[in-house]
Amino acid sequence: MLRHLSFALMAGIGCYALSVSVSDFANSQIATVALFTIAIAGLSMLTGGTGQLSLGHGALMAVGAYSYAELELHNPKVPLVVGLAVAAGATALAGCVLGVAAARLRGPYLAGVTLALGLATPQLADHYFNSDQGVPVNLTPPGSVQPDHWFAWITMLCALLTLVLLANLRKSRFHRSFTAVRDDEIAASLAGISVARTQIVAFVLSAACAGLAGGLLAIADLGATPGLFPLTLSIQLIAGMVIGGMGSLVGAVWGAALIVYIPIWLDDIVNSPSSTLAANLPQIVFGLLIIGVVLVAPSGLQGALRRGMAVINRRIGRSGAA
Amino acid sequence: MRLFVDYTLSGVSAGMVYAAVALGLVLIWRSTQILNFAQGAMAMLTTYVASTLLEHSFGYWAAFALALVAGLVLGAATERVLIRPVEGRSAIDAVIVAIGLLIFLEALAGAIWGSNPRAFPAPFKLVGYVIGGQPVEFTPFDLFIVLAVLLLMGLMLVLFRFTGVGLRMRASAFAPEVARLLGVRVNRMLTLGWALAAMAGALAGVFVAPKVFLSPTYMDSILIYGFTAAIVGGLESPVGSLVGGLGTGLILSYVGGYLGSSFQATGALVLLVVVLMVRPTGLFSRVQPRRV
Repeated sequence: MLRHLSFALMAGIGCYALSVSVSDFANSQIATVALFTIAIAGLSMLTGGTGQLSLGHGALMAVGAYSYAELELHNPKVPLVVGLAVAAGATALAGCVLGVAAARLRGPYLAGVTLALGLATPQLADHYFNSDQGVPVNLTPPGSVQPDHWFAWITMLCALLTLVLLANLRKSRFHRSFTAVRDDEIAASLAGISVARTQIVAFVLSAACAGLAGGLLAIADLGATPGLFPLTLSIQLIAGMVIGGMGSLVGAVWGAALIVYIPIWLDDIVNSPSSTLAANLPQIVFGLLIIGVVLVAPSGLQGALRRGMAVINRRIGRSGAA
Repeated sequence: MRLFVDYTLSGVSAGMVYAAVALGLVLIWRSTQILNFAQGAMAMLTTYVASTLLEHSFGYWAAFALALVAGLVLGAATERVLIRPVEGRSAIDAVIVAIGLLIFLEALAGAIWGSNPRAFPAPFKLVGYVIGGQPVEFTPFDLFIVLAVLLLMGLMLVLFRFTGVGLRMRASAFAPEVARLLGVRVNRMLTLGWALAAMAGALAGVFVAPKVFLSPTYMDSILIYGFTAAIVGGLESPVGSLVGGLGTGLILSYVGGYLGSSFQATGALVLLVVVLMVRPTGLFSRVQPRRV
């Protein structure tokens, strides 16, 4: 607990230093990385933890975004913290409903149901909340702070808090029951773990993360619109989770950074923004990376780094002994 | 009453398309316990192939046949290259590979052909039959769809029930070890299953395109409705796919007609959840206890 908090404090200082030393535009990119970190860490905790794959976390982000936007529309005075808490809470509630259904479904069935959710949600949002225009959101930073900086700080703070909470969860009884349920449901229930309740808890926590990220995304985009939440958003989250390393919190940060920066790098390389190739290249690369990582290095980037570190440590240890 | 007739008729035609998609999913599920979420994207690609052939002054039927052949090849290649390495690993790995293939193929199509929707021709008229002096929502093309999917289902049944290859495929699906001992090349049968499944998908792709225009994501919703059909039908048999497809097609047509098209996906979601809650193995399957 203390260790995680001190890590987070150091990371927080690092983030602040980074934020004030780079441009406004880079700040908004950092904020995007931070909000994707939240969503991917939540998804990764679910899939890596209890083994439930959700292809509809983009839809849960939409729930968070629209809750935040609706709340702000009707109560413009509401503090940011309350708004984000409501976004996370409302999505946790949606996640609870979904989790009850999910607890009865096995792997591919759950994937299919959540995929259907991902298709249905933008259509419903379009129908009920002001169609394409969506619901507007404002961000008013205190004093003379740049909006981009202010938003980056909020998002990084949220990301660090989420990571600390999830890191503590990993050391807890809950996470051990997640692993037990993932590895063998029957053995887990013989050991006195309620499989359904464990899966629902995991789903609710994961949904709360997605909701928080969704609320932040609505602020980043100055509104919640159906176009923000296509099916490909959920698949991007999967890409970030798989590439970073499923179940790993540090991996979630790598994954979030890659899904934000790969498109930017590719744009620089291709250097013809209007071509259809440039528009589609990021998704092509994500598709190839997802397939490649699953086939070649299932533990993702973080797993590969950890293996590399282990090899180096062993070398150093051996030379030290000799 | 007239509306009801119209919705029913268009539901039948849409249901046949979902049945073809469901058949593709079922063929793969039976043999490898994998749900191929890339099926829609694969069908989208083969339909673009047909569209390109048509632009190069091929006839409709030549392009149609070549789209099906492209489906066979794409399905077989997918199984050999992408799926075989994850066989025997956790079910999630195969789903993730399929999802990776899905966005890869959609982006590839977008890069090659652009994202703007393009028209795709139908071989028969898209004007409804006139019954009792009034036109109904059922066109000669719809009739063709219904007959073609019924023919496909019939051929599959004949293949599985009455031919040696079909027997070997069933054996590989239900008892791979025993089949291997008896000299069946199980891997080859799996590849064949994927090829046939992708061909069924390609058929659905060509049937949907004239009604909704061709774009990289036009099969997304069709895949999900086909998945719903497969779940309703029980993921086991061609007959189940047909019944599930028709049921799903009718229900979604009524939902879309009476409540509005923005509720169609929600209708599919509700149908999926209800069926999976009531009978997790589908409405038309034998009860199979989960093994301890």
